[in-house]
Amino acid sequence: MAAAGHAWARIGSPRRPDAPPHGAAGFAFPLFRSCPLTNQKSNGAGFSRLNRRQLLQSSAVLGAAAAAGGVALPARAEDKVKLTVWAWTPRTQEMADLYMKKKPDVQVVVENVGQGAPHYVKLRNAITAGTGLPDVALIEFNSIPSFRALNALADLSPNLPAGFGDQYMDWTWKAVSDGGKVFGLPWNSGPMALLYHADVLDRHGIAAPETWDDFAEQAQKLAKAAPGTYLANFGVDPGWTAAVLWQAGWRPFRTNGTEIEIRINDGIAKNWANYWQGLIDAKAVDTKPAWTTEWFAALDNGTYASWVTAAWAPILMEQAMKKSFGKWRAAPMPQWQKGGKVASNWGGTVFSAFTTTPNLKAATDFAAFMSADPQAARFWLTEVFLFPVLTELVDDKNLMGHKYDFYGGQPVNEVFAEALSQVDPSFEFAPFQDYVNLQIEDHFAQAIAGHGTLADAFDRIQDAVVAYAGDQGYTVK
Amino acid sequence: MTRFLAGHRPRVIIGKKIAPYVLLLPFVLVFVAFLIVPMIYAFNLSLHKTALVGGTRFVGFDNYARAFVDPNFWSGVWLLVRFGFIQMPIMLSLALAFALILDSGLVYARGLFRIAFFLPYAVPAVIATLMWGYIYGPAYGPLAQIAAFLSLPKPDFFSENAILGSIANITIWEYTGYNMIIYFAALQAIPADLEEASKMDGASAFTYAVRVKLPMIVPMIIVTIMFSIIGTLQLFSEPYLITNLARSVINSHFTPNYYAYTLAFTAQQYNYSAAISFVLGAVVAVFSYAFMLASNRGTR
Repeated sequence: MAAAGHAWARIGSPRRPDAPPHGAAGFAFPLFRSCPLTNQKSNGAGFSRLNRRQLLQSSAVLGAAAAAGGVALPARAEDKVKLTVWAWTPRTQEMADLYMKKKPDVQVVVENVGQGAPHYVKLRNAITAGTGLPDVALIEFNSIPSFRALNALADLSPNLPAGFGDQYMDWTWKAVSDGGKVFGLPWNSGPMALLYHADVLDRHGIAAPETWDDFAEQAQKLAKAAPGTYLANFGVDPGWTAAVLWQAGWRPFRTNGTEIEIRINDGIAKNWANYWQGLIDAKAVDTKPAWTTEWFAALDNGTYASWVTAAWAPILMEQAMKKSFGKWRAAPMPQWQKGGKVASNWGGTVFSAFTTTPNLKAATDFAAFMSADPQAARFWLTEVFLFPVLTELVDDKNLMGHKYDFYGGQPVNEVFAEALSQVDPSFEFAPFQDYVNLQIEDHFAQAIAGHGTLADAFDRIQDAVVAYAGDQGYTVK
Repeated sequence: MTRFLAGHRPRVIIGKKIAPYVLLLPFVLVFVAFLIVPMIYAFNLSLHKTALVGGTRFVGFDNYARAFVDPNFWSGVWLLVRFGFIQMPIMLSLALAFALILDSGLVYARGLFRIAFFLPYAVPAVIATLMWGYIYGPAYGPLAQIAAFLSLPKPDFFSENAILGSIANITIWEYTGYNMIIYFAALQAIPADLEEASKMDGASAFTYAVRVKLPMIVPMIIVTIMFSIIGTLQLFSEPYLITNLARSVINSHFTPNYYAYTLAFTAQQYNYSAAISFVLGAVVAVFSYAFMLASNRGTR
């Protein structure tokens, strides 16, 4: 969702969506104090008796195993290799510390330069300036084409063992690789589901909708039964928009070198627009801006009874919502076809290295560790809601059965794992996705303010993006 | 003897001639480094075009030609013209009224009031906007809560019709004190014997304020209007910071500076953004010059 906003400094509480946020506020990495994994009864038997030291060791060993093969470090033990890493996720420095224990000749410095738009603005400015880029940075899946268009991402494949990509979920690997080249290593994903407030739905005798038609029906029913309460809020959010349209079959971009097909306002988009326009016109959904303090409060107090969102959403929800803790449940994303099995992905991040790094080998090794260390991935999932991209973990019944207090003990990973396997890998983001997002924001906002419909908005977005692509030198087809 | 003196004098004169420039040097260096050089750089940027495909090429004044017919840019300018017509008269007349009241000597604890009025100016615009954003909050802001308590409809400060007023209110709150201090300083400089003279002639305090004091600080009023015109046309922080709360009315080209910002940092059109900035500079110059002409004619 890259450019949902323009600035970290704007009003509204935990910002930014697509990816787990982070100013690391209030988090402390427990691996080094008391290990929460050891307290988790629902974890695999192997974990329950690990003590701290064992965990550190096993983690390092597994990390080494994952990063083994061709990923060797520069042999200069005398002067340390220094890697600068830009990441906004919580507790990333502690992960880096773990890595440095394993590789004492590498010094990793994690810097948080902002989350979402500010992070990308700084990266792009550094690329434009030609100096000041970190060696490694977190990038969301939807931003990979944009940075590739700037020729900024280094090809990691020369330093990766053959078959390294086999351990990842299919579409995540497809998103980072192109032919034999690899432009980042997937770290976490954002499989989507319908999160709903069990209390509110029960009170009004509403079942979690299985199809979008049900969803519309229930939305109308709830708005009628309890005025001022809504099944959902349609906030202007380009990242979310792309994700739910991904499920509907929208494939707006096909880039082939300098040629690009742009089909933003196709039939699928128009249908989708009419669907939501209908709900908006019937006042069956609210249209307040998303990601504000008030919006979080409305989700917390049941004004909005559901949110179609990604696996990482509880990171933000936990911080901002106290009343509804334990009352949320997850159900599969509503389907366009009855009995359908199509889900989507929203956000998720990869570790990429830049062409300017003098230590590509070390950078690749670090990215491989962060990305593919299964022990750490388990921890990120159970404690920080970062959904894994390693097939081994997604197939792990114990891990997927982990019960969360936030979800009142529901083993939600089963829902998200299923969703992840139902993501169609053929979706492409634009090589100038931030501009597309900006247009979605501007034109959706206009439609919501009552100037034209969402369907009109798609036409205007199409025109603006086609003009922009031409202006940027692409051959638009 | 005279020859001896004559030999010395020119050196002293040269010293006197050079001294001011030596003293100005630190300023000139900083001015060149942080204003002139960046402007030359930006101007150079504005004459080129960098595309994702094809790289950078020289395009002359193409970017300017585009800016002159760009509705996104001019809608921002037009918005600020309307904004200025609401905001400036309110802000400046409030500032003037406060300054006259404080200067009249009728108020106790004058120093306290002076600081209290000035204080909002010391609050950074970011903090001020965040604070007002909270006060305006449509569901849980204090004003909405009061309205709910009184069973009145909750006011929507972020609606299409209200947004300009809401932003104007923030800037009025921020800058009234600043302008008041300028007026107050000018009023303090008026010699006390004028007041005595007007009293002798039987003028009331009000008449004295309006007929004597006001005309004497007109040059200062003109300066503050000038500052306000420039400040208004460069409006950025307030709408930028409030965007998330008022998504549906504040778009990416709400004001010209906002437009330049999104062009550069989101759309990666640094070149066009630079051109937009220069065109905005020209618009500011035109407005300022027009105002100067008008005020010169008025005071003549």
